[in-house]
This record gives sequence, structure tokens and C-alpha cells, in this order.
Amino acid sequence: MHEMSLAENVLQIIEDTAHKQGYTRVKTVWLEIGQLACVEQASMRFCFDLVMRDSIAHEARLEITDTAGQGRCAQCSIEMPIAALYEACPKCGSYEIQVTGGDEMRVKELEVE
Amino acid sequence: MCTTCGCGIGQTLIAGHALKQPRKPGEVMRYRVHEDGAALAHPHTHQHNGLNGVFNGALDFGTGAAGTHAPGISQSRMIKIERDILSKNNDYAAENRDTFSTHGIFALNLVSSPGSGKTTLLVKTIAALHGTLPIAVIEGDQQTDNDAARIRAAGAPALQINTGKGCHLDAYMVGQAMQQLHLQNHSLLLIENVGNLVCPASFDLGEAHKVVILSVTEGEDKPLKYPDMFRVADLMLLNKCDLLPYLEFDAELAVDYARRINPKLKVIRISATSGEGMTEWLDWIAEGCRNAVTAVKRSAEPKILLE
Ligand SMILES: Nc1nc2c(ncn2[C@@H]2O[C@H](COP(=O)(O)OP(=O)(O)O)[C@@H](O)[C@H]2O)c(=O)[nH]1
Ligand SMILES: [Mg+2]
Ligand SMILES: [Zn+2]
Repeated sequence: MHEMSLAENVLQIIEDTAHKQGYTRVKTVWLEIGQLACVEQASMRFCFDLVMRDSIAHEARLEITDTAGQGRCAQCSIEMPIAALYEACPKCGSYEIQVTGGDEMRVKELEVE
Repeated sequence: MCTTCGCGIGQTLIAGHALKQPRKPGEVMRYRVHEDGAALAHPHTHQHNGLNGVFNGALDFGTGAAGTHAPGISQSRMIKIERDILSKNNDYAAENRDTFSTHGIFALNLVSSPGSGKTTLLVKTIAALHGTLPIAVIEGDQQTDNDAARIRAAGAPALQINTGKGCHLDAYMVGQAMQQLHLQNHSLLLIENVGNLVCPASFDLGEAHKVVILSVTEGEDKPLKYPDMFRVADLMLLNKCDLLPYLEFDAELAVDYARRINPKLKVIRISATSGEGMTEWLDWIAEGCRNAVTAVKRSAEPKILLE
């Protein structure tokens, strides 16, 4: 259930920016969650909903953009899409793949009033 | 504790007392207390419709086409945030790391599945290092004070964090525990995380290294099944090696799988029971402690100004 703490963190970010930007209601929240980030979307939506209750973001709509896994082979330097962390390089067979994308978890944007 | 949704918020205990929430005074708590006033104010009310059910309108509101996020006719506006969801945790972790480096404390975050031998290893480590340097331990478990009691019996101060249903320690909890432990200068801090190979990988606690423990009674392919943890660790202890003669476990293969995920991973084969590999592990710790101390001395040296 680590989606619960992620949702908590999202709310903290929302509340922090509310002070600075002076909004009182959040209507939509856009998250970017990489496919390698180990986050279940269904679980994230469930937790988001629980955590946002009684906050300035209650009833906020959650939009999740998922970004595909991307890697770079440390041996032959080719870029490749990756679905899992243990895949070999399709060109040289090395397992030394650096993740270059798809492990992010970010709050991108808010629609507020 | 909420037994229905498995939510862990508000249940964290440090040495049996509720964790102080990181909110500024005067801010409104955004949760309500459970109707039954259940212990420690499980801080929200909710309906349980199951993880994949329709809940509280989220799906109703989510039906609009993606990309329709232009401001409507109301005064609503768009705000760019672009912040890492874990940035708060990372801020707390940076504070902890700062404390460690100014005081020459070598901090390790031990992670593994339940039962792979973390507490046993800690007990043996404390016994072996007894009298050579100050050691303190933070114990993370969902329930009970048992592990902290085992550590205290071994002769080191220990503080138990109970995360309730929470599946990992975070940097804020550890920061609070550090204050209560009165850490000494030039000491070793061992943090035993909650037994879980998934979530603790994402939460930096401010430690110098994550140490992942894999025991030979688990599958060789665990590194492939839980790659995130093996990717973020710097050292793997392959524990319970005393049992190898009785098992089918292929140690070479397990190490090979782990290095596929993380080619730089250092591996020590160890047995908390027989003591095999303990010297190498203790040497590794001693080197880390020395480096933590020299780093403090170096930063304390007066800077030579070249004009
Ligand atoms: N044979 C053997 N058993 C071990 C070893 N280390 C731990 N154990 C046993 O494994 C069980 C779980 O150990 P524990 O330290 O509580 O695991 P933790 O959940 O990771 O803290 C206990 O019964 C220990 O006695 C070892 O090196 N060899
Ligand atoms: Mg334990
Ligand atoms: Zn390659």
C-alpha cells in the first residue's frame, strides 16, 4: 500500500502551493507516473480519493499520464524501450541497462480556483 | 486501526507513542476521526467499495476526455507544478543526511523480505562490535516491539517504529526517531526497515547505503521479481549460507541475477548463525565508519583562500 503515502505526498504538495498561489479549491490533478515506478493505477486512484477527502482537493478529478520505460545500454549505448528492469539489450545482450525514463512520479499540473 | 481498507495513515507509533504529524500549528486536520473513536484517531471516514470499485465519484469525474484541461468559464486556472511526488520525503531525507555528515554517523538502511534474518544479523553485528564504537538501532515493523527488545538485549539502544499497516519507513519517521535516540558523534546507526522488497526502495531515509538481505531459503530469482530494491542497494548480504548444503539453492545464479539488475552491487555471503562472512561484513562497516569520520574532519579544516 505505498500508494497511500504517495497520495499523502501529493496532498502535501497541493497544500504547499495553495499557500503560495492563493487558491482554495483544486478541481483537477495531473500526475505523471512512469510504467517502471511500481505504482498501481487502480490503487493510486483509490488512495487519492481517500486522502483528498476533507481537503481543498476533495472531489478533485485525477488524471494520470503514464510514460513508457526507456533505457540505455551501458555497453553499446543504444536507446531502447524497456518493459521490465531485468531485460537484456536487444543488440548486445548486456544486462547493464540504465533507466533513462519511465520511473518518474510527478505532480505535473493543477486546475484550481 | 482500519481493518477494512488497509490504510496506514495516522497509525505510526514511535516507541509506542503516536508520530507527530508534520503540519504547521493552526492548520486544519483534513481528516475526521473514525465513528468508533478507534485508537489513535484513524484519521478519515470512508466507504469501502474494494480497490477496483467505483469510489466517491473519482470515476464519475474522470470520464471527461483526456486533454480537456483548458480552463472553463469559471475562474479556474491552471498551475504548473512539476514536482516529484516524493520531494517532501527527499527533503526530510536530506535533513537526516545532513545530520549524519556533520556528526560523522554512518547510517545503513537494511531491507529484505520478512524473515531473511535482518534482526538476527543486527544482534550478531552489535555483539561483535561491542565496545569498539557507539551503535544505535531504529527498528521498523508493522506491529510489536519484539525486534527492538532483541536489540536492547544485545546491548545497543533501540527505538521501535510501528508503521501499522504502512509498508515502509519514511524519512520523516526516521528524523523523529533520531531525535529521541540522542545519536552520538562518530557512531553507527542501523535502520531495520519493514520487511518488504517493494516500497522501501522508493523512500530515501538519508542513509549512506541501502543493504539488501536475501536469504538462501528464498528463490534465486527474487532479484528479478523485485528489481527495484536490488537496483537501489549498494550491498547485498546473501544470508543463511550455513543452509546451502541442505538446499537446491544456486548461489551463483542468485548473485548473477542480482548483478543483472545492478552490475555494481557488492555481495557478501554470510551466515548470521555460523558466523561465516561476518568478518567481511564488519570490515565493510568499519571502513564506512572511518570514512564518515574523516569526511567530518576534512570539512572542519579551515579553508585556504587563494586570491
Ligand atoms: N539457518 C539460519 N537461520 C537464520 C539465519 N539468520 C536468521 N535465521 C533465522 O531466520 C528467522 C528469521 O530471522 P529474523 O532475524 O527475525 O528475520 P527478519 O524478519 O529479517 O528480522 C529466525 O528464525 C532466525 O533464527 C542464518 O544465517 N542461518
Ligand atoms: Mg526483524
Ligand atoms: Zn547493448
